[in-house]
Amino acid sequence: MIEIKDLHAKVEGTEILKGLNLSINPGEVHAIMGPNGAGKSTLSAVLTGREGYEVTSGSVIFEGQNLLEMDVEERARAGLLLGFQYPVEIPGVKNVYLLKAALNAKRAAQGLPEIEAPAFMKLIREKIKFMKMDNSFLHRAVNEGFSGGEKKRNEILQMLVLEPKLALLDEIDSGLDIDAMKTVAEGVNSLRTADRSILMITHYQRLLDYIVPDVIHVLADGKIIKTGDKSLALELEEKGYDWLLEGAA
Amino acid sequence: MNQYVEAFQDFNQHAESGWLKSQRIAAFARFEHLGFPLNGVEAWKYTNTKALAKRNFVLPHSVNLDAARKLLDEAGLELRAHQLVFVNGVYAPELSDLGNLPEALVVEPLSEALDKELELTCGMMGRLAGIDCDVFTALNFAFAGEGAVIRVGNNQVIEDPISLVHLSTEADQPTMSHPRILVAAGSNSQIKLVEHFLGEDTATHFTNRVAEIVLERNAQLAHYLLEVPGEQSWLIGRTHVEQKRDSRYICHHMNMGGKLVRDDLVCDLNGTGAESDFSGLLFGRNKHHLDIHSLVNHYAPQTFSRENYKAILNDKARGVFNGKVIVKKDSQQIVAEQSNANLLLSDQAEIDTKPELEIYADDVKCSHGATTGQLDETALFYLKSRGIDDQLARGLLTLAFANEVVDQLAIPEIYQQVETTVAGHLPHQVNLDDL
Repeated sequence: MIEIKDLHAKVEGTEILKGLNLSINPGEVHAIMGPNGAGKSTLSAVLTGREGYEVTSGSVIFEGQNLLEMDVEERARAGLLLGFQYPVEIPGVKNVYLLKAALNAKRAAQGLPEIEAPAFMKLIREKIKFMKMDNSFLHRAVNEGFSGGEKKRNEILQMLVLEPKLALLDEIDSGLDIDAMKTVAEGVNSLRTADRSILMITHYQRLLDYIVPDVIHVLADGKIIKTGDKSLALELEEKGYDWLLEGAA
Repeated sequence: MNQYVEAFQDFNQHAESGWLKSQRIAAFARFEHLGFPLNGVEAWKYTNTKALAKRNFVLPHSVNLDAARKLLDEAGLELRAHQLVFVNGVYAPELSDLGNLPEALVVEPLSEALDKELELTCGMMGRLAGIDCDVFTALNFAFAGEGAVIRVGNNQVIEDPISLVHLSTEADQPTMSHPRILVAAGSNSQIKLVEHFLGEDTATHFTNRVAEIVLERNAQLAHYLLEVPGEQSWLIGRTHVEQKRDSRYICHHMNMGGKLVRDDLVCDLNGTGAESDFSGLLFGRNKHHLDIHSLVNHYAPQTFSRENYKAILNDKARGVFNGKVIVKKDSQQIVAEQSNANLLLSDQAEIDTKPELEIYADDVKCSHGATTGQLDETALFYLKSRGIDDQLARGLLTLAFANEVVDQLAIPEIYQQVETTVAGHLPHQVNLDDL
């Protein structure tokens, strides 16, 4: 699905990623954990093509394509979708506009015609119900005045509609109470299929109780310093990161 | 200026002697005396009219109905309306539709009204925007002859809008028109007036329109000014509204580009309870120059005015918003709100915005605010990260900015037209009509 090799990236002249390697196969759920400042947010920014991040060396191959050469929107259409840590409020743009435009952009990239209105509405209503959201969300402006939980649910709703190949979830659990987290986790778990991969970036272990990953990586100082199965999360919870950091140093 | 002298002599010499002829002569003398405004004049500080003085505009000697019909079809604004169409200023009965006029409603071309009801019509002319008003109004009066007369009886609620379509099509010489629109709305009446200015991009036309509107007690007028004059055309307009007690004037002013568009909008709130409400959009591209000067005169106590103008300017477009509010000494308990927000989509676009408040009463609530900014980059990134291409994302955000005023358009066909223009034909993909 995605193959990241020896990735180095700078932000404002400072090197943040220092030779990151990561490979995810179809159907796998990976989690990247790590202390503050390890480079977690930089990784998601580089993968989605945010401005201000300079890749100095290394490669990212996504579904056989050179991801780093693609525009932001091309990456999304190719199937890489980011769930934002801080979803942006866009006054005046209704959710339904966003969803329809995004879905049609993806369909156009696949050579499919635009979705018919009734089919679109049926799809949306179904997904909205699943995310325990109210239909009125559709006609509200994107994220405007949403609570933290509503914003995150909205991110997952977009995932359910756009069906990415690789869902990149950046701190999707931050700012969620336990009920909202369960709903978000249910949404994410419903995305799990044999050919779809998920990469979660998280600070806390608690999310992994609800979305159980196949593989866990520890990111520190711009590199993956340890990879293990889900038991690694428990170990981290117990011992913190220090034992690993010392080992790496 | 000589070309105007020639055109005027040609125009007025065959007219029948009488009040109108002598008024035209006086008006032309006034025009000659004033001349086109130079940049030194405060009201024209940002808007240059030199080209109007130099160009050789003539009154059209014939009209191209086929081109006009095509222009109308392409615009695709299919309104069920009582409609008068003018081509380069000349009334075109072939394109107009005055079937099913309710009895208490008069809608007729000015040319016919001057024939049939000379005295009544002349009585409506020049009372609010007369010879001594300004140079363009004087020029309009000098060439008075085309336009429209609208009269609504007391207590009449007119369902379908009245639509005046001003088309400009290419001619062998630059053409000009000086339409005068006269509206008298009786007590407790309600009407919707749509004025649609639509020009071929290849046409070189100078429209110099004046509207005089009288709203009697508790009358309500929703005025849709839809301006798409074409890339090579000038549009100068003056709208003067006199409002009696409890009357309400609602102006939806959609200025969608043009070589030079200047609108002077004046409301005299003469009776207690009178209210004027403007929501406007200036949408400029290329080298469009769009200038709005509004003036609200709170002549009576307990009168209300609201203005919300937005400008979206791209390329080298330039916008001017000058909103003036005058509150007379004894006009207490006034509310006047003004807001102007501007979105500049390129480095070379420019907006000059200026509120002017003259308040001589002490118990008033007046506010004004102006902001200028660019598209939000984080919002743009968010949309693109969902696979939406740059152009559509920009369109959505631009539309979002305009929506606050565009959403007020209560006639769906007009809403759709403006929405489409603003988003550059983008909403097709996100069209929600069928949902």
